[in-house]
Amino acid sequence: MLWLGQGLGLGSRQAASWRITQGVGLAYALQQLINGITLGMIYGLIAVGYTMVYGIIGMINFAHGDVFMIGAFLSLIALSGLASLGITAVPLALAITLVFAAALAALYGWTIERVAYRPLRGSFRLAPLISAIGMSITLQNFAQVTQGARVKPLAPLLPGGLVLTRAGGFAVQLSWMQIAIAITTVLCLGLFTWLVTKTPLGRAMRACEQDLKMASLLGIDTDRTIGLTFVIGAALAAVAGLLFLLYYGAIDFYIGFVAGVKAFTAAVLGGIGSLPGAVLGGLLIGLIETFWSAYFSVQYKDVAAFSILAITLIFLPTGLLGRADVEKV
Amino acid sequence: MATATAALLDVRHLGMRFGGIVALDDVSFTARRGEITAVIGPNGAGKTTAFNCITGFYRPSAGGLHLTHADGRGFALAAMPGHLIARRARVARTFQNIRLFAGMTALENLLVAQHAPLMAATGLGVLAILGLGRYRAAERRAIDKARMWLERIDLLARADDPAGALPYGAQRRLEIARAMCLDPVLLCLDEPAAGLNPRETAALDALLLGIRDQGCSILLIEHDMGMVMRISDHIVVLDHGRKIGDGTPAEIRADPHVIAAYLGEDDESADALARAAAP
Repeated sequence: MLWLGQGLGLGSRQAASWRITQGVGLAYALQQLINGITLGMIYGLIAVGYTMVYGIIGMINFAHGDVFMIGAFLSLIALSGLASLGITAVPLALAITLVFAAALAALYGWTIERVAYRPLRGSFRLAPLISAIGMSITLQNFAQVTQGARVKPLAPLLPGGLVLTRAGGFAVQLSWMQIAIAITTVLCLGLFTWLVTKTPLGRAMRACEQDLKMASLLGIDTDRTIGLTFVIGAALAAVAGLLFLLYYGAIDFYIGFVAGVKAFTAAVLGGIGSLPGAVLGGLLIGLIETFWSAYFSVQYKDVAAFSILAITLIFLPTGLLGRADVEKV
Repeated sequence: MATATAALLDVRHLGMRFGGIVALDDVSFTARRGEITAVIGPNGAGKTTAFNCITGFYRPSAGGLHLTHADGRGFALAAMPGHLIARRARVARTFQNIRLFAGMTALENLLVAQHAPLMAATGLGVLAILGLGRYRAAERRAIDKARMWLERIDLLARADDPAGALPYGAQRRLEIARAMCLDPVLLCLDEPAAGLNPRETAALDALLLGIRDQGCSILLIEHDMGMVMRISDHIVVLDHGRKIGDGTPAEIRADPHVIAAYLGEDDESADALARAAAP
C-alpha cells in the first residue's frame, strides 16, 4: 500500500494513513490500468495499419480488421502445428508463430491491395471503400467456411505472472502474457519506426503520403510503395492477432469486425494519418474501454469507445496529433 | 550518332483538349541538347499544359513527344507512366506552385529523388533492411550528392530543417536541386523566377546557366522576360494553344506576331517584352 501511494505520487505519510478499503480501490484501479494498456497496445498495432493506408491513399481500409482476424487464425494454426511437431519451448514457438503469421498476413495484405484496390485507383472516391467492405465480408466468410463458425480456444501458453502488490486480499497482477505483449509491441513499433524514418522505403512512403503525384515524378514507383504499405500494415495486424489470441485464448471469424472498428476509432482519435497518434489513440481507447467496464458496465463498453469517436469528430476533427489537411493540387 | 546540338526533345503535332476546350492545338517544336529552350506566351497559352504532357501528368489527345538520349536511345514520353519518365527517360520538373515534401527535411527531399537508384543498389530495398555494406555505400553516395547540391544552392546550413519552413526563394532553389538529383537529361522549370527578388533572380540565372553548362538541357516557362532574354538559347512562343513564334531571343523580339499577341492580351507583358527588346 505504501508502494502504491508513492507510485501514484502521494506522500508516503498520507498513503500510510489511508484505510484498507481505499487501498483496494487503488489496487483495483492499478490493475485496470495494466489491463487497459495491454488492450490498448493491441489496438495500437492495428490502428497503425489504418492510419498508414489513409495517409497515403486517403482510403479507409475496412478489410484491415479482418486481416487482424486472419493473423489470429494463422497464429492458431502455427501454434497447433508446432505443438504437433513437438516444439513446445514457448519462446521459440511464439517467435516462429510470429514470423509465420506476419509473413502470411503480409501476403494477404499485398493480395488484397492488388486485387481489390489497385484496379480502382483513379476511380471515384467511394469505389475502393465499397470494395474494402466487400473484401471484409469475403475474408470473414472465408475464415468461417475454412475454420468453422465456432469459437476456437487456445490453452494459456504463459500462465502466471508477477504479483505487484496486495491490498486487502486483492492482488495486483502483471501476468507474463501482459509482459510478453508489451515487449512484442514495443519491439514491433520500434522496428516499424526505424523502417519509416531511416530507410529509403520509409522515405518513399512518407513522400507518397505527402504528395503521391510528385513522388511518382521523382521516379518512385508509387504502386509498389502503396503495396508495401499494405504489406507492413498487415504484418503488424497479424502480430496484434497473435497477441489477441494469446491474451484472450479464444478467437472466431468475427473478431476482426469489432477490433477493426475499435482500432479505426483509435486512429481517428489520435489523428488519422499520424503514426504516433495511432499508438496513442490505441492506448486511450484500451484504457477508456477497460475503465468503463471496471467501474460502469461491461455491456456499454463499446458505447463508451464509440462515443469517444463521435465526440472527437465533433470537437477535434483532426484528432489529438493530426494536422489540418493540406490542400493537395 | 547524336551530336552536341542534336534534337533532345521533339514535340510533334501535340494536341490536348479538355472536353470542348482546346488547350494545345498542333504544337510542334524541338528542344536541342545543351540549350535552354524557353516556352513563353500570355496566360492561358497552354505552356503548363505542354509541360504536363511532357512529364506524364496528362496523356496528350494527339501527337507525339519523342526524347532522344545522347547514346541514341529514344523514348516515346506520351506512352510512359510518370515514374518511368523520371527514372528511364530522365526528365525532371518543378512546379509553378512549389511542390516540395514540406514535412520532410531539405536533405530528405533530395534523397527521395534518388530513391530509384538507391533501391536498385540495395536489391529492391530488401537488403537495405539487413543493413548490408553495399546499401550503406549507396546511401552514403546519395547523401554526398544531396549535400553537394545543398552547398550549391547555399542551403547546407539548413539541411535538417523541414522544407516547408524555408524561405520562399530557398524553396524554389531546393525544388530545382531536387529535380537535379534525378540526374536528368532534360529539366523542365515552370516559372522558377516567380516571386523572386532581383538578387535571387540573378542567382537563379547563374544556377541555370551552370546546370546547362554541365550538360543538362533546360525547358523553361517564364514570365520574367528579362530573364528569358538573358539566358535562353531558343524561344518558343505559344498563344491560345498554338505556336506563333520559334527562334532565337533576337528573332523573337522582332517578331510582329509575338508582339501583337502580347499587346492583344496583356499590356503589361507587352511592355515587358518591348522593354526587353530595347537593347
